[in-house]
Amino acid sequence: MDIVTQAIEGGFADPVFDAQTVFRAVMDAMARPGTLQPLPVFARPPAPLSATAGAIALALCDNDTPLWLDPVLQAPVAVKSWLGFHTGAPLANTPADAHFALIATPAEMMALDGFSQGTQDYPDRSTTLILQVGDLVSGAPLLLEGPGIEKTASIAPAQMPRHFVEQWKQNNQRFPRGVDIVLATPDGVACLPRTTRIKTMEA
Amino acid sequence: MTAQPTDIATYNFAYLDEQTKRMIRRAILKGIAIPGYQVPFASREMPMPYGWGTGGVQVTASIIGPDDVLKVIDQGADDTTNAVSIRAFFKKVANVAVTTETAKATIIQTRHRIPEHPLTSGQVLVYQVPIPEPLRFLEPRETETRKMHALEEYGLMHVKLYEDIARHGRIATTYAYPVKVEGRYVMDPSPTPKFDNPKMHRSPALQLFGAGREKRIYALPPFTDVVSLDFEDHPFEVQTFDQPCALCAAENVYLDEVILDDHGGHMFVCSDTDHCEKRREQGHRGRLAPETPLALEKTEPAQ
Repeated sequence: MDIVTQAIEGGFADPVFDAQTVFRAVMDAMARPGTLQPLPVFARPPAPLSATAGAIALALCDNDTPLWLDPVLQAPVAVKSWLGFHTGAPLANTPADAHFALIATPAEMMALDGFSQGTQDYPDRSTTLILQVGDLVSGAPLLLEGPGIEKTASIAPAQMPRHFVEQWKQNNQRFPRGVDIVLATPDGVACLPRTTRIKTMEA
Repeated sequence: MTAQPTDIATYNFAYLDEQTKRMIRRAILKGIAIPGYQVPFASREMPMPYGWGTGGVQVTASIIGPDDVLKVIDQGADDTTNAVSIRAFFKKVANVAVTTETAKATIIQTRHRIPEHPLTSGQVLVYQVPIPEPLRFLEPRETETRKMHALEEYGLMHVKLYEDIARHGRIATTYAYPVKVEGRYVMDPSPTPKFDNPKMHRSPALQLFGAGREKRIYALPPFTDVVSLDFEDHPFEVQTFDQPCALCAAENVYLDEVILDDHGGHMFVCSDTDHCEKRREQGHRGRLAPETPLALEKTEPAQ
């Protein structure tokens, strides 16, 4: 009974307008990499899926988008049934089949190149990674440049994947193929599309 | 779902169903992440024929929220059929505020012009696109053009521009002038006059392109390099006009020719009606402007 309750409760109170608000925040974040687009709490998914990551999944995923969950999210049945009930999204067999990947512990995640990179003909057929991070100030600082950024932007997301700067450089080199990252913090969303370059600070 | 207080409950907010919106929203995000790349999407039938902006309408419907202020222009004008009917459509199905003032709009849907008033960072410009593939008239096969984009093989486009020069002595393309985005994808800016191409370059506004019949969405994030293709000895240049707007005396704006009578009388006026009206309110007067702002009817000489 608990599982059932957890699976059903905590969706959007107002699906049409909540989804639109969440999407606009993600769209603005994707168009202006490195900016935090604030989001109120719209969804209450079961732990360890965060409210922001859960809301993004509700806004963007449905039965057309296979989902991949990292081992921490994979473990509790409640997360899978909550996502299943609210989005109808199937679980991807492998990370390379996923349209979206939800990652609760980015610091322990697999390499970025394990996910779908798209093809040279269809670079849009790549995985969008939704990373749950604690904040955008307490990690290693990243100096960003690229489309959507007037000069430079700077964020310091906590709990980022290992060797992230090196991995991201490789992701840049695969352009137009590559993954895009959505950073879900407790108070909002920031994005790193594949075009964003991290300037290494040695001078 | 909250019911709207008016009688629009027969449609979902902004006409499209939620699954369609999610599909279009995902395509928009990919488009922003890969500037200039045309993302295929499952375009829907809309309650208007292809060619009337079904792509732009679907993009607008997918991003618009109740707090948005919408402006729609058709060749710069707020008061022509296409602009009026799309504005009325969104007023009806999304109950949003509409405006004709560029500065007040959060979303501007456009058919083939970029407003003269500089866009700002909170704004989204949505283009209606008829043929999104810049290489289509050079290579009709989708399989081939897709490969050309994949391999960044754009020689054919330069040959086309070169042939223009060989034939006319200059690049004769005046609208839908191809651009290169961030040094990678060659993109069709939709049939805007090339006059507007420089406004796309590093614009602070987000630019989204929707092609309904051709089922493609593409995007330019803010501050993205958009370079019009040219040659060192034939650099890109925009149209120039040898006279100012006849109504508001504006220079360095895009002008439309308006026929005044059947004796060859004509004048050139701003294509951007909002810009022209704003200038006249500020007291600018062109050669043919009426004396007072309200006396819009001109006294024609008796036949």
